[in-house]
Amino acid sequence: MKTAQAGSVESNDCLVTVSEASANEIVISSIVDAFFHSQIENVIKSTLEELSINNVKVEIMDKGALDYTIKARLVTALERMGK
Amino acid sequence: MNKNEFVNTLPKFSGANEYKKVERKLVNKKATSSTVKFLKSMPEAFDELKISDGMTLSFHHHLRNGDYVQNMVSEEILKRDIKDLHYAPSSIFPTNEILCKLIENENVTTIDTNYLNGPVAVTIGEGKLKNLLYLNTHGGRPRKIESGELPIDVAFIACPTVDKNGNGYGGKGNAACGSLGYAHSDLEYAKKVVLVTDNLVDKLDRVELDGKYVDYVLVVDSIGDANGIVSGTTKITRDPVGLKIARNTAKLIDELGLVKDGMSMQTGAGGTSLAVAACVKDYMIKKGVKGSFASGGITSYFVDMQKAGLFDELKDVQCFDIGAVESYNTNPSHHGMSGSKYGNPYDDPVVDYLDFVILGATEIDKDFNVNVATDSYGKIMGGSGGHSDTAHGAKVSIITTNLIKSRLPIIKEHVTTITTPGEDIDVLVTERGIAINPKRVDLLEKLKDSKLPLKTIDELYDLALSITGVPNTLPTHNDVVGVVQYRDGTIIDKLYKIY
Amino acid sequence: MRRSTLFIPGNNPAMLQNADVFGADAVIFDLEDAVNITEKDNARNLIHYYLATHSNLPMEVVVRINGLDTTFYQKDLEAIVSDNIDTIMLPKARVEYLVKLDEILTRLEKERKLTKKIKVLPIVELAISVLEVNEVVKCPRVDGVLLGAEDLSSDMEVTRTKEGKEIQYARSAVAMACKAYQLDAIDTPFTDVNDPEGLCKDCGNAISYGMNAKAAIHPNQLDTINELFLPTEKLITWALRVEKATAEYAAKGIGVFSLDGKMIDKPVMERANKILVKARKFGAI
Repeated sequence: MKTAQAGSVESNDCLVTVSEASANEIVISSIVDAFFHSQIENVIKSTLEELSINNVKVEIMDKGALDYTIKARLVTALERMGK
Repeated sequence: MNKNEFVNTLPKFSGANEYKKVERKLVNKKATSSTVKFLKSMPEAFDELKISDGMTLSFHHHLRNGDYVQNMVSEEILKRDIKDLHYAPSSIFPTNEILCKLIENENVTTIDTNYLNGPVAVTIGEGKLKNLLYLNTHGGRPRKIESGELPIDVAFIACPTVDKNGNGYGGKGNAACGSLGYAHSDLEYAKKVVLVTDNLVDKLDRVELDGKYVDYVLVVDSIGDANGIVSGTTKITRDPVGLKIARNTAKLIDELGLVKDGMSMQTGAGGTSLAVAACVKDYMIKKGVKGSFASGGITSYFVDMQKAGLFDELKDVQCFDIGAVESYNTNPSHHGMSGSKYGNPYDDPVVDYLDFVILGATEIDKDFNVNVATDSYGKIMGGSGGHSDTAHGAKVSIITTNLIKSRLPIIKEHVTTITTPGEDIDVLVTERGIAINPKRVDLLEKLKDSKLPLKTIDELYDLALSITGVPNTLPTHNDVVGVVQYRDGTIIDKLYKIY
Repeated sequence: MRRSTLFIPGNNPAMLQNADVFGADAVIFDLEDAVNITEKDNARNLIHYYLATHSNLPMEVVVRINGLDTTFYQKDLEAIVSDNIDTIMLPKARVEYLVKLDEILTRLEKERKLTKKIKVLPIVELAISVLEVNEVVKCPRVDGVLLGAEDLSSDMEVTRTKEGKEIQYARSAVAMACKAYQLDAIDTPFTDVNDPEGLCKDCGNAISYGMNAKAAIHPNQLDTINELFLPTEKLITWALRVEKATAEYAAKGIGVFSLDGKMIDKPVMERANKILVKARKFGAI
């Protein structure tokens, strides 16, 4: 199975792992989950939509990253997977 | 009556100056005696003092995370399975973890303290304490004791050195911690007082705790771990955001005209607070200013400033590091003070004479209310300590904090828990701007031509949210586990069980 | 006109998020030395999306790309050329690279319909670049030159010292070339971030050679740099008096006069004017 990673677990960063799947799936673990879960989910969803991707599993380990960081890490991971 | 109903019967906070309308209540001090009895073991102490169900026992936190004394008492309680005790330590640290068991077994069912973190805070947050946690301030606790609202049956006072007449001193011994400021009310008002020491001497030259109030002296092998008591050094932050905040804070203090002869100040021991002190020091030297005093928990940093002639004296309720302890022992201008003299609203306290104080905040809201008791999830992780006391007393109270920590904006619509009321907070300094409480028109007037990045707190709030996004509001908690008592004893907020 | 430029590593979200709070005249988002070769893609995307959401930064936005002698620079430029940046910093600058960079930028500006023309700050950090500096400053888009003493010392096989005798010639050459074309001469960073006194001395040295700005590798260096690269209060006071006297004498039709016993003629007036322009720009008056 194809899989790729980008980012880190330093503070204000996030580690994004993407792998092939039959449909999009998002798994979020975040130190600010209670406050920003939906926002993190939205960034990931809209990024996948922008790139017309509908068959990856996205796992994010978030250490308080801002939206642009999450998006950048996701895009890099997808590029690394060859998407 | 359940806890929620009971809490609603307690007097509610209605203003930081309301205490002035209420007369000081003083109960008699404890009986004095010219003899003390020496005890050999904790079991002997328990037998002699007839420690039994329902009593109130008090402790101080000068040995901080190195304290053994509260733990020794707790172990004996566990062994004897004494129930329904009321604990009143001035603070609780991670090292006091054994208290969790006592809470779960209902050996301890009510707690009064000014600050707590670590496992005990977690246990209480889980709703395991049968009755309430009362979170006091450093000045509120002595007020509560002297007024008879917090009667203490037995005070176990850890004391680094004790003489044969029962006099105590904190600056010497294996567990030397310096000033014993927070223990004074317990010494004077508890029904029975036990000094617990590991260093018995014939005669003390300098006495902080007067033996006439002492009933017993218990000599043990060790009262504490020196490594947990004082840190080796306190260091100024190197974090560029913290330093930027510190520089702007010092500039603000200067522009407000607070750097002047006779000035008095207090800061915490955190890296950013010390950086503010360092910057203020530079202004003082540049202007040739000599201050009157610095107060609070004292660090080497203030010791050095005082030695350099920048302050006439240090008023010390608690020594934070080895340098402060040494100075407390040897420097005639380094004075100890009791917790009451420090912050008790009715004791003409030192905080009332402060020109400015630098404080932290876990959260601050648009009304300048500050939370230092819980995190944004409502989890207990601190307490007022001297926050509310100094914020009220000082002419200018300044909060320094990062605007954003790990994506969480520090400014909230409403803080999770109010510990210090907004009416007592004058200035908020962040890396992205400074907000002055609009009630302080005098400060705004002084700053009208300032080049400092002044903003309203609403502007700073919007700025923070434009960076982080809008955080979800958490579901409200309903089961009360404790109350935050303002320094006058009124309830300023509640602490809840978290799930 | 700049006093300070601050390097921010391109792949560090924690530092990125505070890049705009320290008062640097320009922030250099670094894709080159501060980014491991396995993380270039990560850094490019991070800077790209950071800038995409920060179109109103209060300072000049500079991106240091990888050198034109590497395989990274094309992707760097693809990722970051937009209206959100002001300037490209080019390491290991040579005249031929600057010409090539101008061509690429011209193409990208046209393709992406940029509303501004991107400037270039070359880093002179090779012996050959020092020899070429008089041509470097004439290259298109060049708006200043950063002297890179660390790489230069290695190229020269000399030991880098805090005193900086080994870079006297390079400092002079860069300052002279820049001043000749009214460009910023930006001094090399002082690399010991725990030596504030050393930083002060190094700024003084740089100023004495005619450098008018300095790069910082840590935010804690900025206050010192910003202060020292401003004209001193004494100079500003003097310049204000010259300005006032010049206007008064000019009204009487007098072009050369004396102030405090010293002759004030056109070069002196121009110097006073330069001091005042700078002081006013950075809020010192």
